[in-house]
Amino acid sequence: MRILNVVETAYRGTLEEQDDTVLWLTAALKGQGADVSVLLRGNAVNYLVKGQDSTGLAIGPVTLGHPPRLDEDVQKLTEKGVLVFAVREDARDRGLDPGRIISGVEFISRTDIADLLEKFDQVWHW
Amino acid sequence: MSRYLLIESRDPWESGDSRHFYDLATDLAAKGHDVVLFLVQNGVLGVRKGSSSTLVQKAVDAKVKVLLDDFSLRERGIDDGERTGGTTLSNIDTLVDLLADGRKAMWH
Amino acid sequence: MSKALTIAIMDAPYESANTTTAFRIIAAALAKGIDVNVFAYEGAVALAMKDQQPHANPVRGTTVEQEDHPTTRAFIAGLLALAQEKGARLQWVNCGLCVDERGAGNWIEGVRRGGPPDFLAMVEGSSNTLVIPTR
Repeated sequence: MRILNVVETAYRGTLEEQDDTVLWLTAALKGQGADVSVLLRGNAVNYLVKGQDSTGLAIGPVTLGHPPRLDEDVQKLTEKGVLVFAVREDARDRGLDPGRIISGVEFISRTDIADLLEKFDQVWHW
Repeated sequence: MSRYLLIESRDPWESGDSRHFYDLATDLAAKGHDVVLFLVQNGVLGVRKGSSSTLVQKAVDAKVKVLLDDFSLRERGIDDGERTGGTTLSNIDTLVDLLADGRKAMWH
Repeated sequence: MSKALTIAIMDAPYESANTTTAFRIIAAALAKGIDVNVFAYEGAVALAMKDQQPHANPVRGTTVEQEDHPTTRAFIAGLLALAQEKGARLQWVNCGLCVDERGAGNWIEGVRRGGPPDFLAMVEGSSNTLVIPTR
């Protein structure tokens, strides 16, 4: 069974969780042997940007010990063999600097998404 | 040809992402796939003929089968006469049938 | 493969219309005799918390009894009863780590702890899976 996890909403509880819960679940499923890929769209394309920094956050006396490193998490997925796609227009609309994007990601056009979905048995939109 | 079930729970004005979900439905239909777009919750707010959104009409025109959750319509006071033509009154039982039938299902 | 549906949900109680719709889908499936697997992820693990209590409504001036405020745990208990009545199976699995971080471990009977391996097993044993995300 080929599974595509579509991540559209970024930074959703990522500070408290210290990661993105869908990227985390993807890694866990991959570890269980699932054939799982990721499509980043909408504001989730921002996960691809190197240099995101959420260190130093403190709520009163409580500090965030291990802030999320979302670009590294995506990079690790690619290194584990998870195919990661991202929507080109969503990156362009948000002015992402191509020079600051992690490697190993395949950009596709919005109009290519329909064809991409055909390659998967299950498409889960998170 | 594949069979898809796209479930839109958000209203078309909420974010640009809703428009892209509708575009996905029409893109899939244009490629010859069998696409059902099931509108539920605030997703039915785009159904009124008098609204400024043309997304539902475009989906209908693109041969996407647009189904409307009856409870969501009633909850929002959207009467039969207000609905965009070509949409079909439906319900959660039908949604379950479509899911159980194995359509590739995405919720937005 | 026998007909079974897996549904993943994420929303905490009282935060989203998604929860009610998810309950409606589960109920409709069970009423048709379809087995349902629910993977409660993130905030959804709080849906089955045993300590939920209905309350009065001071704005409306109602008592607890008059307000008859629903609890999501009661809805889930009702779904479990419906499953039994219809001869269908409802598996309700709370993501364990999500439970731990929320302190949501005191849940009603019929719910169990699990994790991604359970979700994958549910998915692989179902004719279809629907993920209902949170915002």
